[in-house]
Amino acid sequence: MQTPEEFELSRRGVLVGGAASVATVTLVPIGTATAATPPAKSPPTAKVAFEVNGTKRELELDTRTSLLDALREHLHLTGTKKGCDHGQCGACTVIVDGRRINSCLTLAVMHEGEKITTIEGLGTPDKMHAMQDAFVTHDGYQCGYCTPGQICSAVAVLDEIRAGVPSHVTADLAAAPTVTKVELRERMSGNICRCGAYSNIIDAITDVAGVKA
Amino acid sequence: MKFDTPATSNPIDQMKIVGKPTNRIDGPLKTTGTAPYAYERHDVAANQAYGYVVGSAIAKGRIASMNLDEARAAPGVIAIVTADNAGKLAKGNFNTAKLLGGPDIEHYHQAIALVVADSFEQARAAASLVRVEYARGKGAYDLAAAIDTAIKPQASFGTEPDSAVGNFAAAFAAAPVQLDARYTTPDHSHAMMEPHATIAAWEGDKLTVWTSNQMIAWSVGDMAKTLGIPKENIRFDSPYIGGGFGGKLFNRADVLLAALGAKAAKRPVKVALPRPLMINNTTHRPATIQRIRLGATADGKLTAIGHESWSGDLPGGGPETAVAQTRLLYAGENRMTAMRLAVLDLPEGNAMRAPGEAPGLMALEIAVDELAEKLGIDPVALRVLNDTQVDPEKPSRSFSQRQLNKCLETGADKFGWSKRAKPGVARDGRWLVGMGVAAAFRNNLNAPSAARVRLAKSGVVTVETDMTDIGTGTYTIIAQTAAEMMGVPLDKVVVKLGDSAFPVSAGSGGQWGANSSTAGVYAACVKLREAVVQKLGLASDAVFADGKVKAGRRSVALGDAAADGELVAEDRMEYGDLAEKSQQSTFGAHFVEVGVDAMTGEIRVRRMLAVCAAGRILNPKAARSQVIGAMTMGAGAALMEELAVDKRFGFFVNHDLAGYEVPVHADIPHQDVIFLDEADPTTSPMKAKGVGELGICGVAAAVANAVYNATGVRVRNYPITLDKLLGKLPDMV
Amino acid sequence: MKSFTYERVDSAAAATAAFARTPGARFIAGGTNLLDLMKLEIETPSHLVDVSRLALDKIEATAEGGLRIGAMVRNTDLASDARVRRDYGLLTRALVAGASGQLRNKATTAGNLLQRTRCPYFYDTNQPCNKRQPGSGCAAIGGFNRLHAVVGASDACIATHPSDMAVAMRALDATIETVDAAGKVRAIPIADFYRAPGKTPHLETVLAPGELITAVTLPKPVGGTHIYHKVRDRASYAFALIAVGAIVQRDGTGRVALGGVGYKPWRVEAAEAALPRGAKAVADGLLAGAKTTHENAYKLPLVERTLAGVVAQAKG
Repeated sequence: MQTPEEFELSRRGVLVGGAASVATVTLVPIGTATAATPPAKSPPTAKVAFEVNGTKRELELDTRTSLLDALREHLHLTGTKKGCDHGQCGACTVIVDGRRINSCLTLAVMHEGEKITTIEGLGTPDKMHAMQDAFVTHDGYQCGYCTPGQICSAVAVLDEIRAGVPSHVTADLAAAPTVTKVELRERMSGNICRCGAYSNIIDAITDVAGVKA
Repeated sequence: MKFDTPATSNPIDQMKIVGKPTNRIDGPLKTTGTAPYAYERHDVAANQAYGYVVGSAIAKGRIASMNLDEARAAPGVIAIVTADNAGKLAKGNFNTAKLLGGPDIEHYHQAIALVVADSFEQARAAASLVRVEYARGKGAYDLAAAIDTAIKPQASFGTEPDSAVGNFAAAFAAAPVQLDARYTTPDHSHAMMEPHATIAAWEGDKLTVWTSNQMIAWSVGDMAKTLGIPKENIRFDSPYIGGGFGGKLFNRADVLLAALGAKAAKRPVKVALPRPLMINNTTHRPATIQRIRLGATADGKLTAIGHESWSGDLPGGGPETAVAQTRLLYAGENRMTAMRLAVLDLPEGNAMRAPGEAPGLMALEIAVDELAEKLGIDPVALRVLNDTQVDPEKPSRSFSQRQLNKCLETGADKFGWSKRAKPGVARDGRWLVGMGVAAAFRNNLNAPSAARVRLAKSGVVTVETDMTDIGTGTYTIIAQTAAEMMGVPLDKVVVKLGDSAFPVSAGSGGQWGANSSTAGVYAACVKLREAVVQKLGLASDAVFADGKVKAGRRSVALGDAAADGELVAEDRMEYGDLAEKSQQSTFGAHFVEVGVDAMTGEIRVRRMLAVCAAGRILNPKAARSQVIGAMTMGAGAALMEELAVDKRFGFFVNHDLAGYEVPVHADIPHQDVIFLDEADPTTSPMKAKGVGELGICGVAAAVANAVYNATGVRVRNYPITLDKLLGKLPDMV
Repeated sequence: MKSFTYERVDSAAAATAAFARTPGARFIAGGTNLLDLMKLEIETPSHLVDVSRLALDKIEATAEGGLRIGAMVRNTDLASDARVRRDYGLLTRALVAGASGQLRNKATTAGNLLQRTRCPYFYDTNQPCNKRQPGSGCAAIGGFNRLHAVVGASDACIATHPSDMAVAMRALDATIETVDAAGKVRAIPIADFYRAPGKTPHLETVLAPGELITAVTLPKPVGGTHIYHKVRDRASYAFALIAVGAIVQRDGTGRVALGGVGYKPWRVEAAEAALPRGAKAVADGLLAGAKTTHENAYKLPLVERTLAGVVAQAKG
């Protein structure tokens, strides 16, 4: 096993600023193989136009802006949540051109001309979508933070099954998949709920899908 | 109001609204994305800038030098906060390590700087340009290697580290049947879905933070102490909290750095902890090493119970109180427990859902299963046999209520426990199938809690308290309480939470929130009722029902009492010594069925049932959710959750949601929960107890015992992953 | 994330030209791994060439009776394609075992092949990692390495390749088609696509800078029973501890490729000859020369047992 000191020795050649002693180490982020270029005075921007919940939106954005941050910080559509920002939790799930995606792992500028549906586009407190209503009835949430992502995912999952998209638990690839609890659990697995409302969420989705529990 | 004699009958007992499985009143907001969480409050302060936290790259040592030039020169950067320029900061009472480190570094990813910029993208990019030179110090990171240096810690929260009754050593030595086993539980992460986040704004010397926090008053006090300003100058607002589980009991780096950043930037600043930073930057449930010794007679009576636990924490920290439940759970005349604490330089250990009991029962309830096996007694029967109705350390003190046996027996019946086969026998195709049971136990705690209640002319009752709803259903049970007390339908109640401008509540922690906060609302409503009766000139025994107040032949609309101005009442529920006179605890039994792939050792949970006895259940729908959620977290603890420690560099390696695996949908089957009918008059006029932490207690052991029953392989080191089974599974065909 | 300029292109030629024209350029398609890494500044392109709308999103029959899968075909679409489900079930099975529904809706065929390791030390820029920063050391060796490689690793790197899809592609003898800025096309058998870590673990494939994957072709179907068994701690949405992809014929012969054991989808054709004799002989051949740590040694018996289960399942 190498000790931290040995690592430092082995890394001396790449350290910026030089190490005064073995015990001192400069730890700049060592992610990049190339030297950092001097930052531009103002970061590059790009224009993008897309439709969000039926409304045309035109934005000029720092190219680095994720679709998630465009929604939350620029359009103030904060129903879509940032749980991890790395595609590991599903809280940011939105529906783009009919398909659910993680809005954190895609650049806003890549969505030119596309149709985006967020949780706000599914329904409002006074006029809830059937899936939203079912989540309330079945208590398919607790803290509520993963909930918009779960609901967007659930709506898209039922469409995916209807469209014949197979899943890991689809027994027969030649047959059309059906709405079962096992299928729903597998397909919803990209949406983490740390409060652990899973059992109720599946009840809510099966309720909407008209499946007998 | 002081609660110092057991409750008699009161308006809550009507149970017209309390006790009903009402949908959550905040549900339409949460499901439509309109409930505002901390980072989303665009409306509360104009011109918000973005802060990005820089975490230490070493676990222990000091910052030799820091160069901010490049970061300062980066586009959009407004200010950079470091320990060098932040001014004097005191450490909060509830923090073990400083929230802003430097020059000394106490743990990996300890915050050392906040870069504030016009946009999130600019702040994030500039944060990576902060150049730091460290002098790495030597630290201790390996609990197993450190237990020889562990010391007897001071009592914490009234829990003594050691206890002894009778003569454990002699009784254990003499016991015809003995079990002496060692168990380990790893470090766990809360991993709540909403990262710690805050928007901070100053107006002169007054600070407002919109944040995500479970304990408003504690945190206001700690913030005042840290910043050295009067707490009257600080307002916390935390109406929606995206999960906490103990990880948001205290101030974390986001709130302090947002406040400091806003001061430096002279404009409001918002900060969220990046997910890859959260696990090492914030707190976690500490790992434990536990030794359990059980001595029993041949017919299964426990005669000796010994439980020792070792855990580690930063200097000044406390132990994981993993032996606490063992002092109360089973009968036995000779007993000992001991906790020892080692210094570890890993991130700060602290409370996570059912601290103490959760890891303690992970070990104890395997030990009981092992003893049952040695005795040839069914594990349900063994537990029933060793029930106690009194505090085994102080037999003159009884439990206020204790239905553990009924939980076990009801569960066994509903779950089909009698069909459980011998270990390694039951099969379903390629799956080895097994059932496991464990007892659940968690003390009930009450805390003083205040509320203000307003009655408007419209008849609408508004409740204000700084109580928080971390997903527990607080909004709804408080509304139910106020509705029941004031005799109005649920939709005539408005509940406002989480604002430090409101009366100080119990807050959310230690499963004390539900009973305590509703008791505070009860007290305020009693006062409001008095005010109403007085205003309307009614007899003091007036009945509040159907939006009306009735006395004798008079019936007046409730709102009439506020006809010439809002009526406001405020009170605080305080507690006498009922909790000392009798032991208030909550009980349960978990039943789990697992399948283990005979070839690969993959473990999948097939069925789960919890039976709980936890006082009056204020809202069975929300309470059930608390329990199934806890069962889910318990399944995670059993099968996958482990912060992997790098013992050389001193940090948790798997510090994101891909590396630290928590259960997903596919891991969790349909879950059943049964609540036994209870109402405990010693806890409060609500006659309720906590349930949200009870639900996780024992779950992991029930899974472990089910794995044993399926495979015949006993794993004593969590999590139970397939690599720990593989070499011992049946040979392949 | 470092700032970058962005352009969207509409042809492969425009893409490679844009790349050649702009220092620090990277292609971006689904972005599900690249953006993840850019946020952590593990990847720091100064220019992104968006190839996600190239007309490389078709799955077409080849003259040889196989399939040509456009580089931009999304994982969901590839898994759902009727021909793939019928003739290359292993590929569908592998795809749907990976990631989540949301990620599969974005991730492309080419991007999936090019995704980088999930080694946690690679992901933590404070830690030494020869793949991320050549010469800095490998923190996984001697650290937390339960998930790491048991075959093909070096003293410089013990990372695994995380793709499930690539395991199926390897078993199916896929070929990767590319084009470069000069318009030169080449076809690279997947067996030759990934580079062993050796002393240069930062070099992961044989692609030259600016060389763009345009398609992946599959030879004509080989029949047999297709099984992909991915073993993981949680039931879904997790990278493999190990994975076994197998195509087993009625006579007991077949092909086997492994995931989660090395820097590439792991297949040893010579070892497959032993398949009719059972899993142990095949596993021994596949994992010959394996080098394990106390944390990942379980992968050897796990491969053998999983393969045995797969063979038993194939026999029905």
